[in-house]
Amino acid sequence: MSESNHVRDIIRNNIKHRKNRLEMIMPKLFLIAGSISIFTTIGIVLTLLIDAYHFFEQVPIREIFSTKLAPLGVNPSFGILPLINGTIITSLIAMFVAVPVGLTAAMYLSEFSSENTRKIIKPVMEVLAGIPTIVYGFFAYSFVTPLLMNLIPTLEPKNALSPGIVMGIMIIPLVTSLSEDAMSSVPNDMREGALALGSTRLEVTLKVVIPAAISGIMASFVLAISRAIGETMIVTIASGSSKNFTLDITQSMQTMTAYIVEFTSGDAGIGTGYYSLYAVGLVLFIFTLIMNLLSRYISRKYREEY
Amino acid sequence: MLNEKNNNHHQNNIVYDVKKLNLWYGDVLALKDINLTIRENQVTAIIGPSGCGKSTFIKTLNRMVDNIPAVRTSGEVLYYGTNIFSDTLRVEELRTSVGMVFQKPNPFPKSIYENVVYGPKIHGISDKKILSEITETSLKSASLWEEVKDRLHANAYGLSGGQQQRLCIARSLAIQPQVLLMDEPTSALDPIATNKIEELINELKKYYTIVIVTHNMQQAARISDITSFFLSGEVIETDATQKIFTNPNDKKTEDYITGKFG
Repeated sequence: MSESNHVRDIIRNNIKHRKNRLEMIMPKLFLIAGSISIFTTIGIVLTLLIDAYHFFEQVPIREIFSTKLAPLGVNPSFGILPLINGTIITSLIAMFVAVPVGLTAAMYLSEFSSENTRKIIKPVMEVLAGIPTIVYGFFAYSFVTPLLMNLIPTLEPKNALSPGIVMGIMIIPLVTSLSEDAMSSVPNDMREGALALGSTRLEVTLKVVIPAAISGIMASFVLAISRAIGETMIVTIASGSSKNFTLDITQSMQTMTAYIVEFTSGDAGIGTGYYSLYAVGLVLFIFTLIMNLLSRYISRKYREEY
Repeated sequence: MLNEKNNNHHQNNIVYDVKKLNLWYGDVLALKDINLTIRENQVTAIIGPSGCGKSTFIKTLNRMVDNIPAVRTSGEVLYYGTNIFSDTLRVEELRTSVGMVFQKPNPFPKSIYENVVYGPKIHGISDKKILSEITETSLKSASLWEEVKDRLHANAYGLSGGQQQRLCIARSLAIQPQVLLMDEPTSALDPIATNKIEELINELKKYYTIVIVTHNMQQAARISDITSFFLSGEVIETDATQKIFTNPNDKKTEDYITGKFG
C-alpha cells in the first residue's frame, strides 16, 4: 500500500513541476525542417524563371519552337524541339521496356510467387534500383549498344535505342515495387470472392486485382515516365550530343538533360547559350511537374473504393 | 465431371458425403475424423465455439482451404459421388457448382451489375441480353432487385452492409450453383439486415442446398433443418435441428446450447 502511494507521489510531483520548454521549442524546429524543402523549391523555380526570362529577352519565344538547335553557330539558333523530341523518344522506349516487364513482375510477386521467392526477388530488385545511373550509362554504351549493333547493322555508336532500353531496365524496379504495393493492398476478401466463383488465379489477377489497383499502377507508370524524362547520365553517355530532329532511333539524339550537361561542362560561356540552359531547365521542370500532377490526379480519380 | 442432380430431383439426395476427413494446418490437427452427410434442399447448420473448426470445415467443402499454405488433408469428401480432392476434378469446376458467401460482405469495387455478371462472364457468357436477364433474376432471388434496379451501374460500395451481403448472394446465384456455403453470413450485420438474410435463406432452400456456419445458436434453430455441433475439430453430434435444441444425445451438446460454455 505504502509503496503504491509512493509511486503516486512521484507521478503527481512530476506532473506539477514538469518543464514545458521542450514542448514549446520542438514543434518550431519541426516547422523549420518542414519549410526547408518548400523554400528550396521556391528558390529553384525563381532561379529558373529569372534566368529563363533573360533568355527570352534575347531570343523570341517563337524561335524555341523551331527544329534547329545550333547554340554555338555563327548565327545561333535555339529551337529546342530536337531536345524535346529526344527526351520523349528515349522515355517512350524506356516505357516500352519498363511497363510490360515491371507490371508482369509485379503480378508475379503479388499474386503468384511463394513467400520464399518474394524474399529473394525483392532485395535483388532493390539492388537494381540502387545502382548509380552512370554505371547504367556505361552498361548502355559499352555493352548494350555493341550487342544491338549485331542485330541492327545500321545502328550508330551513339543512338537513342540503347539508352532508352537501359533506362527502361533502370525503372523496372520502380514500376514493379509501386505496382506490387498497389496490388498487394487489395484486400484478400476480394480474391476469395472471385476464387469462390470458380475463377482461376490468372482471372483473379486480371479481372479483380488489377482493376482494383489500377490507380496505383497508373501512378507508378506516370512516376516512371517522369523519372525517365529527368534521367541524365545514361542518355548523356550513350545517346551522344547530335541535335537531330528525327524519329530514327538508331541515330544519336540529345535530350534536354544531356544538353544541360553538355553546356554546363564547359562549352556554354556566358552568352545567350548560357541562359538557354535555364529555358531548357524550365521546360524540363514543367514536363515533370505535369507528370507528377497527372499521377496525383490519376490516383484520385480512378481510385476504386474498397 | 460432376454428376449433379437432375431437375426432376428426388427429395433429399445426398449432396456431400464426408468420410473420415482429417485436416492439418502444418502440424496442428484442425479437423479430426469428420463424418457428415449433407442432403439436398436442406439447410445444414454448423455450430460450435470459436476455434472448433467449423469455418475450416465449410471452406474445405469448396476447397478454399487450398489457399492456405501448409494445409494437408486425409479422408474423402464426396460431392455427388466424386471425391473433391481427386486429381481429375478441377477446383474451378467444383466452385462453379458450390457457391460461397463470406463473413464480411466482399463485393468487388465495381458496379452492382458488374458484380453480378462477373461469374457468368468469366465462364463464357458475353451476350448482353442474357447477362442482364441473369442480373435481374439473381438480384430478385437475393431479394435485392427492388432496392437497386434503378442504380445497377452505381458502385456496390454505396450499398449498406446488408445490401452488400445480399449482392454477394446474388453474385453467387448468378452462376447457378447447386450448393450455397455460408460462413457466418450475418456476423457483420445489424439485426434487421440479419433478419432479411434469414428470410432469404428460407426462400433459397427450395432451390439450393445450404450449409451455414453460425455463431448464433438462435439463428441455427430458426433457419436450419439439420444441425451439426462441432467441438475442438470433432463432430460431436449431427441431428435434426429440433432434436439438437430440445433433446440432444450428447452431454457436451446440451452444455453448449444451454450456454454452459462457448
